[in-house]
Amino acid sequence: MSLMHDIDFTLNGVKRRATVRADMSALDMLRDVIGLTGTKYGCGEGECGACTIQVDGLSVNSCLLFAVDCHGREVVTIEGLAEDRSSTRAAALRDAFVEHGAVQCGFCTPGMMMQASHLLDKHPHADEAAIKRGIEGNICRCTGYKKIVDAIVSVGNQEKGV
Amino acid sequence: MNEIQQYFAPTSLGQAVECLKDGEATILAGGTDLMPQSQAGKLKFKRTLMNIRHVPELIGVAVQGGDVCIGALTTITELMDSALVQRHLPVLVDACNHFASDQIRNAATLGGNICNASPAGDTLIPLLVLDAQVELASKARGKLSWRRLPLAEFFTGPGKTRRAPNELLVGVRIPLPQPGRVAYFHKFGTRPALDISTISIGIAGTLKQGALSNVRVAFGAVAPTPVRAPLTERALEGQRLDAAGIAQVAQVARDEVKPIDDVRATAWYRKELIHNMTKSMLDHVADA
Repeated sequence: MSLMHDIDFTLNGVKRRATVRADMSALDMLRDVIGLTGTKYGCGEGECGACTIQVDGLSVNSCLLFAVDCHGREVVTIEGLAEDRSSTRAAALRDAFVEHGAVQCGFCTPGMMMQASHLLDKHPHADEAAIKRGIEGNICRCTGYKKIVDAIVSVGNQEKGV
Repeated sequence: MNEIQQYFAPTSLGQAVECLKDGEATILAGGTDLMPQSQAGKLKFKRTLMNIRHVPELIGVAVQGGDVCIGALTTITELMDSALVQRHLPVLVDACNHFASDQIRNAATLGGNICNASPAGDTLIPLLVLDAQVELASKARGKLSWRRLPLAEFFTGPGKTRRAPNELLVGVRIPLPQPGRVAYFHKFGTRPALDISTISIGIAGTLKQGALSNVRVAFGAVAPTPVRAPLTERALEGQRLDAAGIAQVAQVARDEVKPIDDVRATAWYRKELIHNMTKSMLDHVADA
């Protein structure tokens, strides 16, 4: 049994403690230790983006992040975005994905939405080209990229008042 | 797989090199290479997993004594967003722009890209043509000790460097480019994102009257390490960048590299790419 280590961090706005293996990924911690299964395991090597979460306001692949490295940091998962009632952008993103039919099988959706939310935080006026670049690290195999891009563009446009 | 027996997150350089003293610590920074390598069994953890995230001496970008100093913990996103790097080292920003994906750029560090020592590492080619030096710290006889060496001498093989097991990469120092200095980077892959270079090329020089002087050329993914290309540099030095001159340099470049066949390309194809892309880059320099 590998070394266990206690960490304290903020998860979706709530302070919490977890006991994790030192070699464990943040993804395994979220799904297997904490029981939040919205964040998906796709490839396990940072190629597909299904496991995208935000740490200290930046999007990262949780499969590449050591769970111990979450200590003292602010972690937001798709569950946090889903329940976020304070941000108009979170609400607009949820609505836009539904309205544009940007969800087919749904497996890439949590990662896509976490990346889209980070992208719009950093570049509120991102155009279609910038949005396509921004979600380069997220793979959809259904594949509904056009609808996904349209959904994200529409949120940016709403904020611009277009 | 070896098991981690201790986890340590030092908060100063002194603590970090003390922990590394017997060489029995695996260094964790962004984790984007460490995690998949350890999970695939390619890397065995040492006794201690040392997370260097909170070591302040490894953080930040600054101009100091005529050099741009970049801390080892600087992420690829931070490099791209740094006004100093944008102003003085645009070729490095260009390479970062071709680096993996946004999620990986947000986590991966410059120090990690260097110490991982992939022949295809995206930042290594611009760093080579910018004459970067690596700065290493260790603890000897109870005292912090430092050494610098040129990046061009740092790599010894795929994943292998001259960093001793008790040394920590603190950062890189890059001399401020002189006026008239130009530098270009080209990466060839099959898609823009998340691709490992089939080949990459860096060219730097002082552009004057249609020729480059004090030339640096580096190639990625054509040798066991990222490499400088001395024969191509000599051919390009002072060469008039007309059609015949460019063709000659591109020929030298093709003959100089000794790539291998692998899953991404054959050796023949890589030599063709080196030839064609060197030519296209020099055409671009000539038009500038």
